[in-house]
Amino acid sequence: MSIFVDERTTVVVQGLTGGQGRFHGLRNRDYGTKIVGGITPGKGGTDVEGVPVFDTVAEAVDATGAVASFVVVPPRFACDAILEAAAAGISFIVCITEGIPAQDEASAYNRLVREFPGTRLLGPNCPGIISPGKTNIGITSGDIALAGGPVGIVSRSGTLTYQALHELSQQGVGQTTCVGIGGDPVPGTNFIDCLEAFEADPDTKAVMMIGEIGGSEEERAAEYIGAHMTKPVVAYVAGVTAPPGRKMGHAGAIISGSQGTAQAKMEALDAAGVVVTANPTEAGEKMVEIVRGLS
Amino acid sequence: MDLYEYQGKQYFARFGIPTSPGGTADTVDEAVEQAEDAGYPVVVKAQVKVGGRGKAGGIKLAANPGEVRQAAEAILGMDIKGHTVHRLWVEHASDIEKEYYASFTLDRPAKLHLGMLSAAGGVEIEEVAATKPEAIARLHINPLDGLDEETARRWVDEAGLDEAARDGAAQVLVRLYHCFVEGDCDLAEINPLILTTEGSVHALDAKVTLDENATFRHPEWEEFAGTDTEDPREKMAKEKGLNYIGLDGTVGIIANGAGLAMSTLDVVNQVGGSAANFLDIGGGANAAVMTAALEVINSDPAVRSILVNIFGGITRVDDVANGVIQALASVEIRSPIVLRLDGTNAEAGRALLAPHLSDRVLAEPTMLSAARRAVELAR
Repeated sequence: MSIFVDERTTVVVQGLTGGQGRFHGLRNRDYGTKIVGGITPGKGGTDVEGVPVFDTVAEAVDATGAVASFVVVPPRFACDAILEAAAAGISFIVCITEGIPAQDEASAYNRLVREFPGTRLLGPNCPGIISPGKTNIGITSGDIALAGGPVGIVSRSGTLTYQALHELSQQGVGQTTCVGIGGDPVPGTNFIDCLEAFEADPDTKAVMMIGEIGGSEEERAAEYIGAHMTKPVVAYVAGVTAPPGRKMGHAGAIISGSQGTAQAKMEALDAAGVVVTANPTEAGEKMVEIVRGLS
Repeated sequence: MDLYEYQGKQYFARFGIPTSPGGTADTVDEAVEQAEDAGYPVVVKAQVKVGGRGKAGGIKLAANPGEVRQAAEAILGMDIKGHTVHRLWVEHASDIEKEYYASFTLDRPAKLHLGMLSAAGGVEIEEVAATKPEAIARLHINPLDGLDEETARRWVDEAGLDEAARDGAAQVLVRLYHCFVEGDCDLAEINPLILTTEGSVHALDAKVTLDENATFRHPEWEEFAGTDTEDPREKMAKEKGLNYIGLDGTVGIIANGAGLAMSTLDVVNQVGGSAANFLDIGGGANAAVMTAALEVINSDPAVRSILVNIFGGITRVDDVANGVIQALASVEIRSPIVLRLDGTNAEAGRALLAPHLSDRVLAEPTMLSAARRAVELAR
């Protein structure tokens, strides 16, 4: 099984006619994802390589019955796109847009919570979600994933998500689902949401978690793991050598004082029984050992 | 982007937050002029983006032109925790009755705005938070609801501010909240917020961090550009639109994505090397970005080898390869380059680079092996 999405999930791409939307939307379709439509205001009635384009998400949902949306639009339009999808009844939204103002993100998140509690947002600023062999919604290169499980991956960093997939696939260890939650300050979906889903998924036997400096999501995840997870978890936290007080790219990756340092996060995870590793390669190796021990 | 105190105060003024009359000075003569305008006594304050200015001697009181001269001479050029003072802020000295603390930021776990207000201001608020958390009145605000004057007034009561300060403080808080939201701040902080002996409430300091993601809707931020770093490498990177932080090692790092870039720093460190920088070329980087990145790294005299660690997602490896090829053709790269390329269009990227590989341009199959090679070459 996979979490959140599967081979039946029907997806519309908001921004399909743009450069990135077209490239990644069609690449998702080639992977096997059910891309049933695209949305670009003013371009309704046209198509992108056979994928019909609509003016609004509501029209696209009416015509195609889509349940998920892939938002790939510039930062200043992204939050409106997310809210439009939610209002049209989309229940799972993946937003890969990087560079959305934090104030907009906080407002959009709280609007979803208040007005559309049935909608799950993944991202923004995330690589998306891939359930190998079933569906790929986002910008992950499908060929680095391996179908068949038994590992679930959840990661805050986009490129480290790829690195994690790569480390496992190269060793012949497959994944049930790989979720990139994104490194922005207000992620729609957090570690705990994914850990909970992986714990409940019978096909997922172990979880790899990739964190990074800043915020307290890893510490909260550690608390959850300690109290609720029965499946083994391997973790890596990026940024051990990051100088304190500097902002390293992600709005999320800010260290202040001792809170949010890689060291503090690793200690919290270790105390919760997680196998904490020093780099992505070691995380892959430890996970391979665990998976081999399962069978 | 962190603002200097004077920039923060100017930003506050846009939102009607009262501050003391004053102005900036880059020379001793300018300091005296500003003091004459502000009215004696004045406070002469070093403009550096680091805490502990007062303890370092970067803040001095002056009652007449002679004292201003003396203070300005002492502070200009002073080194405060590695930051050289190039600019002063000279303002009229306030008669302080009480010092408070006020700030707005985003509470990430709660996903709500968080206001913090304390009657115990003027000191390290982190120390207050650690030793006397009850002295800080916290207010969570849903961004959809905002902060009205009535709620601000109740909050001021709860924080136990002096009766004489309550109306004024409530008004400042509502304005500071507008500054935080409409001004797209990651942090808007006043420490201390003061009650003067005349009974007015105003900001004696300003700590403002702007959210650079919102730059597109703030043309007025143009004036802050170029003032946020002294590191020439960082200045050059900023001009080229790169996300670069200068460090003091010898291995130049170029990676895509903040996570992978941080991880590359970690791995270089683990195999016995040290990074000269953090550089995230971001998602969807093209050949021009890659060329610019190599130019910035190349300008750093401390760099002995360059490690390019790319795992393509939205970034396409063939674009990265083209950038490297263009850079090799247009700039004389002083240091050997070690490349690790995986992900979207990796095969195409490796094929493009194959004819350019040499003992100066090397390809490695994994992140770890690439880091080892780069560290060896930096020795």
